Amino acid sequence: MTTLTDPPKEHFRLSMLLYDTRYRSATIQVIAMIGFMLLAAWIINNTIQNLETLGRTVGFDFFAEPASYDINQRLLEYDSRDTHLRAALIGLLNTLVVAVLGCITATIIGVMVGVLRLSNNWLVARIMTVYVEMFRNVPVLLWIVFAMAILIESLPAPRAFRGENPEATMDLFGTVAVTNRGVYVPEFLFSRGLGDIHLFGTSSLRFDVSLDLIAFLIVMGGSIFAMRKVSAWANATQEKTGDRPTIWHIQLGLFFVPSAILLGALGFHLGFPELKGFNFTGGTHLRNSLIALWLALSLYTAAFIAEIVRAGILAISKGQTEAASALGLRPGRTMRLVVLPQALRVIIPPMISNYLNLTKNSSLAIAVGYMDITGTLGGITMNQTGRELECVLLLMLVYLAISLSISAVMNWYNNRVKLVER
Amino acid sequence: MKKSVILGVATIAGLAAGAAAAGTADDVKARGKLNCGVASGVPGFASPDANGEWQGFDVAVCRAVAAAVLDDPTAVEFIPTTGKTRFTALASGEIDMLARNTTWTFSRDVDLKFEFVGINYYDGQGFMVPKALGVSSAKELDGATVCIQTGTTTELNLADFFRINNMSYEPVPIETNAEAQQQYLAGACDVYTTDASGLAATRATFENAGDHVILPEIISKEPLGPLVRHGDHEWGDVVRWTLNALIAAEELGVTSANIDEMSSGATDNPEVNRLLGTEGTLGEMLGLDANWAQRAIKVGGNYGEVFAKNIGEETPIGLARGLNAQWTDGGLLYAPPFR
Repeated sequence: MTTLTDPPKEHFRLSMLLYDTRYRSATIQVIAMIGFMLLAAWIINNTIQNLETLGRTVGFDFFAEPASYDINQRLLEYDSRDTHLRAALIGLLNTLVVAVLGCITATIIGVMVGVLRLSNNWLVARIMTVYVEMFRNVPVLLWIVFAMAILIESLPAPRAFRGENPEATMDLFGTVAVTNRGVYVPEFLFSRGLGDIHLFGTSSLRFDVSLDLIAFLIVMGGSIFAMRKVSAWANATQEKTGDRPTIWHIQLGLFFVPSAILLGALGFHLGFPELKGFNFTGGTHLRNSLIALWLALSLYTAAFIAEIVRAGILAISKGQTEAASALGLRPGRTMRLVVLPQALRVIIPPMISNYLNLTKNSSLAIAVGYMDITGTLGGITMNQTGRELECVLLLMLVYLAISLSISAVMNWYNNRVKLVER
Repeated sequence: MKKSVILGVATIAGLAAGAAAAGTADDVKARGKLNCGVASGVPGFASPDANGEWQGFDVAVCRAVAAAVLDDPTAVEFIPTTGKTRFTALASGEIDMLARNTTWTFSRDVDLKFEFVGINYYDGQGFMVPKALGVSSAKELDGATVCIQTGTTTELNLADFFRINNMSYEPVPIETNAEAQQQYLAGACDVYTTDASGLAATRATFENAGDHVILPEIISKEPLGPLVRHGDHEWGDVVRWTLNALIAAEELGVTSANIDEMSSGATDNPEVNRLLGTEGTLGEMLGLDANWAQRAIKVGGNYGEVFAKNIGEETPIGLARGLNAQWTDGGLLYAPPFR
């Protein structure tokens, strides 16, 4: 006869938290958590205490007060009577402008350099290596300052354009002025423009949207939609009859004619820069600070992107290229249809962090006096109001938001191009 | 239980922070060194000389305070600050005092919680242009490109001046004086604007100083002076009265040449005696010894001597006393009585 006995019931003892592997990790985590919370509490408490000792309060009321300073590069209308909030907004737009421009040029240069570094041409490959190593290994701040110094010292001042026999003349048939204060290019003007829509009334976030631009975008969108239709029709015809109708002239016409008609109707003309008083007036002024920052950031980041692209291409096994050739694909198509789609899988994730780096590095703008958000909110506003804590926290929040948005967009793209795994 | 531990730690941390904030004078004495914030290189006011020694009008104030408190004019750590970093440096305790041609304004005094201890230079904002431009008045600057140090009151004055006169301009914000010079000399801006004293100092370093003119308009009041953190009144008093001692010494005729003689025994003038510590207990009241003012004055002489040596008409900077003469000579300098 057998008796079934329960296995001896183990009682939980406090020492098991330390000696029993089942509980130990939980114990360590709890201790770490408590430690972390203590540290955070200490920092926050210290800050509050110190602010109290100084008799300072934390608040964002100063945002509604007039900024009282001017900003040279402003994408929205702004003057010194506008609020600190609006000044921050102008700065934010300037940050975004240089970040977007920088990301685009860095990608173009980076991809070209990355591909050329793999070139069979010894000289080209070596030159690209030198470029990559030079830019990658010198701090970007130095490149920014260096670019600015070159622009300032080597280009003529506007006064060199003056007089009967000027030392400097305008380029491109007298339409572009390259000076050491920046480049003045013709601007787009409409003599019968549709005006603007004013959003947000007179608040600090007011925003004018040009109806001309909207009309142009709508017409452009319509053109592209029509072009797709035509191309779909051509494909269908090809499927059916085997002959592809000639459509390039239709496509060209669809692309250019509607927008040309619209521009004509709006009275489109170019406004040329011209020397008046101290400076050139008219035209669009690309300031030195923007050009220097843009150039330096693009070239610097492009060096990293080049390496990423090179690594991505090298990661695709040679067998893929050979298989594609065996199928009769030409080298261009092999690259476009076989190698790059697979390489993108490797390229995109590190590319995201380079875009983020470029955006964050744009905060070095103050070195050349470019008024980005660090220069306005984190610079002059912080200095004039003395609200370091608020301004820096807000600044961090803004950069965080920008970076997370870039990540989100790039991750979405990455999900689209990555290999579908089963 | 957990909560109470956190609160306990937080309280201790808070107390520690509170204790550290009090008594700058004691901190300085304990450290044996004065941390003094100065400009990052404005000739005549604060710049290192060929030997790396800091020299200048603002530097002299730091040295005088160090001599008064520590009996050693060289016991100063000079911390170069920019227009942007200076207030954070002072508020955070990185520096004990700031002597960086800083304008005394209401909001800096009241809102930023600083204490301006006095005025060591009465200044105003001016404009410098190349002579070749043919400009004779600031009112002719419509459309000009203006180089300006960012994070200063000059930025705000400039915006107001052009606004009031209905003129447009293109500001080029610049971080330091040296960069401003580079841009201005290369013609990247037509005009350089800052305090008139700073303009004179900058112009003095140019190769062809004569090719540049300072326009007659002074568009603002810029009372420049040393400042300390608000709330530590003992330390504020030390810096304030050291500055006043330099100014009073000039008024009373105490110079670096005759100070030894005057302080060897009581003179006929009781105020001189009180200043130099041969009579009364002024030094003790400040928490220093009786000879504090003697030492401060001995470093570089009285206010007038400091002025003449660093920025006066004999120097390349070449500034006249103007508003900065003693009140007895028609200027604005006026030290309260040592009594």
